[in-house]
Amino acid sequence: MSNVLVVVHIADNEVKKAVLCTAAFAKTAAGNLGGSYDILAIGADLSSAKDALTTLGAQKVLLAQGADMGDALAERLVPVIEQVVKAGDYKMVVSPASSIAKDVLPRFACRMGAGMASEVVALSFDGGKFTYVRPMYAGNVNGAVQIDSDIEVVTIRPTEFEAIEPGAASSAVEDVALPAPEAVCGKVEFLGFEKSVSSRPDLAEAAVVASGGRGVKSKENFKLIEDLADAMGGAVGASRAAVDSGFIHNDFQVGQTGKIVAPDLYIAVGISGALQHVAGMKSSKVVVAINKDEEAPIFQIADYGIVADLFKVVPELTAEIKKIRG
Amino acid sequence: MKILVPMKRVADPDNANKVKISDDATQVTSEGLEAKPNPFDEYAVETAIRILEDGVGSGNLRGEVVVVTVGGDDTMRQVRQCLAMGADRGIIVDGDDNQLDATIVANALAKVVEKEQPDLVVMGKQAVDGDSNQVSQALAELLGWPQATFAGNIEVPADLSSATVTREVDGGAAKVKVQLPAVISVDLRIVSPTGVNNNVAAGKEYQDGPRYASLKGIMKAKKKPVDKMSLSDLGVDQTLKVRTVSFTAPPQRSAGVIVETVEELVAKLRDEAKVL
Repeated sequence: MSNVLVVVHIADNEVKKAVLCTAAFAKTAAGNLGGSYDILAIGADLSSAKDALTTLGAQKVLLAQGADMGDALAERLVPVIEQVVKAGDYKMVVSPASSIAKDVLPRFACRMGAGMASEVVALSFDGGKFTYVRPMYAGNVNGAVQIDSDIEVVTIRPTEFEAIEPGAASSAVEDVALPAPEAVCGKVEFLGFEKSVSSRPDLAEAAVVASGGRGVKSKENFKLIEDLADAMGGAVGASRAAVDSGFIHNDFQVGQTGKIVAPDLYIAVGISGALQHVAGMKSSKVVVAINKDEEAPIFQIADYGIVADLFKVVPELTAEIKKIRG
Repeated sequence: MKILVPMKRVADPDNANKVKISDDATQVTSEGLEAKPNPFDEYAVETAIRILEDGVGSGNLRGEVVVVTVGGDDTMRQVRQCLAMGADRGIIVDGDDNQLDATIVANALAKVVEKEQPDLVVMGKQAVDGDSNQVSQALAELLGWPQATFAGNIEVPADLSSATVTREVDGGAAKVKVQLPAVISVDLRIVSPTGVNNNVAAGKEYQDGPRYASLKGIMKAKKKPVDKMSLSDLGVDQTLKVRTVSFTAPPQRSAGVIVETVEELVAKLRDEAKVL
């Protein structure tokens, strides 16, 4: 039991940065164990993703490909992962903390009788035992946890780990013979996926994020945030208060219970800076806060702040940035 | 129809920044903070009531909502809060929060499901103290039931024979239809005015957010039955698979500078921070 299995779900043949970060985590963990790491890729079509996956230093790249793999139902994926893990010599199973992994891995861990650490931000190894650091209490406390089971199941926050540098295509590629669906699959039907219509980059991986909070006041006003994001080629985010108020869909929520982001530049507009929100963006390189309340806690964590009316400042900022970026 | 709603008692999440780490770093203490039902679980209670209600806000349920918690004796207050919202009965499984993990809680809940035979389990997607987001999925696995996690919208036919769940996932919404019995975990938007459609109270909108308990509800809750049992009564293996060995304060960002004008900000972002 000295190897690590990275489990990733791949859509549209796109190997995201999160996969590279998880491979880096697996490399470290496998190094600690004196073993190697494999990548289990799951998806409807992995035809062009597989080449990129072979450059990430894994011993093997295992492809679980099939029409129903794309739907990513936990009931269908658990036996697939189980089969691969039982055929290997794995001490650890790790995924980036995507919504798919959050849905599937706890069910898988239960199947294996394994303990699981969610949304890990740091790893250490001492005396033959892993310790995982993970944020708790809306990011106010970091807990160091250890797992006492044969297999340890982990999801990581990819933003907390450097991506692995892709090298030569070195991994052996194997197809996974998919097990038949279990009886429970007859009790759940995938009806479809409605993609958020956005021409902007993926919030979780964007280099620039402009986020709006309660101070934006309405759904219509969110256009200001969108214009700012577009001027920078960035993504749009929101605080929980903005989502609660119905200004924007929950998919855009940045925070401990929403998306975790770590862009080069994070602009918080009309966001007070509740800890719940800060927990989701505090690893950003540079944080800008725009808020008319000078007492807003967001200024305590921002590199640059402007105490002003956002309805005046944001259009100005958008115009200035447009000038620079031509 | 019977709906089981697992609920965790947590320290007031609006004051989570006031939790303290003990001197020996082995415990988090929430002294002085009000204990509350985990917000996502409170949403689950609201969801269960909306599924069964025969009219928007009527409080007349076409079945039973049973709230269960695994925690100490002092969780009675939070259980009563859920009963005051309109749930019918409570169950307290005695357990010490520091000696529980997702496996133990899921196993305890599976035993309660065995006894209670609900048609549906609705619970919060995660507790806002441990932030693990594991129990609903593990419970579904133990029961061999389908799961629909992170529900932002639930539609049930009038005969309550299945549930169509819109799940809030990365990049959009995934829609699944589950046969009952099933486990559903709920996300924020489930308590929006149109988060639940039971095709009985159709066409009408709920108030935004979980309902407040009425005075009448609070009085009635005092008389509603709450059963108590222990993990040992249920025959649950209490060996921890996940142990928290220590707690630390996360690294903090420090405050930077306040600038006066947009020009100044842009100059700093371009020349100093080099992010534009």
